[in-house]
Amino acid sequence: MKTNLAGPAAELRITNLVKRFGTAAAGANNFMAVDNVSLTVPPGSFFAMLGPSGCGKTTTLRMVAGLEQPTSGEILLNGKDITHLKPYHRPVNTVFQNYALFPHLTVHENVAFGLRRKGEPDIAKRVDAMLELVQLNDFGARRPAQLSGGQQQRVALARALINAPQVLLLDEPLGALDLKLRRQMQLELKRIQTEVSTTFVHVTHDQEEAMTMADTIAVMRHGRVEQLASPVDLYERPATAFVANFLGKSNLLEGRVTGTDGALLLVETHGVALRLPAANRPATTTNDLLVGVRPEKLHMAAAGAQLPASHNKLQATVTDSSFMGVSTQYVVRTAWQQELTVFTQNLGIDGMRARDTAVQLHWDPQHTFAVPRTGALPETEEET
Amino acid sequence: MSTAPARRGLLSGTRWMPYALLLPGLLWLALFFVTPILTLLSTSLQEGSISTGFRLTWRIANYTDAFWNYREQFGRSILYASLSTLLALVICYPLAYFIAFRAGRYKNLMLLIVVAPFFTSFLIRTLSWKIILADSGFVVRVFQTLGLLPAGGRLLATSVAVVAGITYNFLPFMTLPLYTSLERLDASLIEAAGDLYAGPVTAFFKVTFPLSMPGVVAGTLLTFIPAAGDYINVRFLGTPAQYMLGNVIDSRFLAVLDYPTAAALSITLMFTILVLVGLYVRRAGTEELV
Repeated sequence: MKTNLAGPAAELRITNLVKRFGTAAAGANNFMAVDNVSLTVPPGSFFAMLGPSGCGKTTTLRMVAGLEQPTSGEILLNGKDITHLKPYHRPVNTVFQNYALFPHLTVHENVAFGLRRKGEPDIAKRVDAMLELVQLNDFGARRPAQLSGGQQQRVALARALINAPQVLLLDEPLGALDLKLRRQMQLELKRIQTEVSTTFVHVTHDQEEAMTMADTIAVMRHGRVEQLASPVDLYERPATAFVANFLGKSNLLEGRVTGTDGALLLVETHGVALRLPAANRPATTTNDLLVGVRPEKLHMAAAGAQLPASHNKLQATVTDSSFMGVSTQYVVRTAWQQELTVFTQNLGIDGMRARDTAVQLHWDPQHTFAVPRTGALPETEEET
Repeated sequence: MSTAPARRGLLSGTRWMPYALLLPGLLWLALFFVTPILTLLSTSLQEGSISTGFRLTWRIANYTDAFWNYREQFGRSILYASLSTLLALVICYPLAYFIAFRAGRYKNLMLLIVVAPFFTSFLIRTLSWKIILADSGFVVRVFQTLGLLPAGGRLLATSVAVVAGITYNFLPFMTLPLYTSLERLDASLIEAAGDLYAGPVTAFFKVTFPLSMPGVVAGTLLTFIPAAGDYINVRFLGTPAQYMLGNVIDSRFLAVLDYPTAAALSITLMFTILVLVGLYVRRAGTEELV
């Protein structure tokens, strides 16, 4: 059976996009939802916009869909300016957060809705093929209310995808599903994206969801793009303290650049000399920065043990430990009373380290990153 | 046998409790609904006059006579009620739509304004239309200036005045159910329609209007049913040439004292409305939306 499910995947380019709610005169009500966002989504990629509530990711998506008018800036689709097109004139389709399925129409009619409006041929056949892609062949005659959450989610996906959009927009598409179903649908979505090879732009606040599915992630905060990179780069080389803590956990130490040693940057933190790849130095003018290392990259050794000479080293005391099966999470305290987190795999070599045990932490300088200190300290993001 | 634990609520101690709670309502209905209906039925099959007394003779011809003699007023009742319902729908839909989607913080104020006429009596409101449509009033003058009405033409004492009066009196009954069904309509459905290539007009007819059908049905029923039995508007704004069935029933019962004919007409009207409403609700098919 041959059906043309794939649209011509397009490149989405956003330049200097701004969305301000309220008027300039409104003072405190004047809220900058999206603050000068520029990004490029390559054709056929799975792109995620990740961030806490109120970071502007959904507003950005809605502007691409045409459901919100930008205050300024441009949205280009394959070089064509679509900034001011009405939503029904844009070759993009959306999977809405709560699916927004038409309750008075059957599943079949819901999926056929877009094609009917465009007056396209072979609608029945194409709807059947699309329902097969999302594994809902036998559900065409049902109403949305007669479907489970996961099935409704797939109808919403089918209803958008059948129009062969140049870009498919997904607004927290898995947010309403329970955890198990969500994991299952993540794989499903990824499979469908590979199959139709359309450009997907996915908005989520779930970092694991973004990491598993996306090729590229834009981490957003306060209406700005904090960092745009592949999941691996985001995790291994976060550009800001916010990214370092929003994606997984990080230990951040205040440090000051003291010099270089070949390809390594020398940093002094509370009197301890640390090294990290010079390429990881943030593009700031000051020498003050935060040195970061992920908890699972830290090794723990007994006090006085012989350590690899090339490693960074810190003295610390165990203050807490929690056994989690595959790993143990330790909280240790440094000489300057900062608490750090260490994950150790339970390989069965060492026993548990008791409270108040003096230990040495050491890690490969290659696993060290650095972020600017400005606006840095981890903070709790407000819910909106 | 059954070992299901008995549910214990405050009032669920005994099996007859639910029926006991229904009793006051049932008594009320029996006394003030079933009894009058039965009396009415019986009256409609009686013969006689106020001086000689009425006797139940099961005279079915009361119905055919009454219907034939007043077929014109009967048709007018249905026509005026249908016209007013349609007009009210056309007037109230945009209003309800505006209040539901655009009124913002003025929503409650606007709803208050919609029901504000209820604070004065039905009679006063209808009488004031007499002034509005008076021969020397500005409406007639404007119509004459625009050439919609010939010189010396009038609005009062015409079908136009009657239909206008009925329409006006039932506007809130149409607006409120429409507002309720539009208000709970999920705005993202309209966005989804736009996203799926439906322009504003298509989105309205394919999504908004079908989803507001429960309100349309409720509003039209709340308007049509009382409008079909109305006689006040004709009394004040019309003449005997506009008489509706309600006026005939009114005069047969209270002026001519021809109880059997009045009763037969009442029951015929009631039955007709029931059938029309039944057909309409089936055709509108709103069950799946509720």
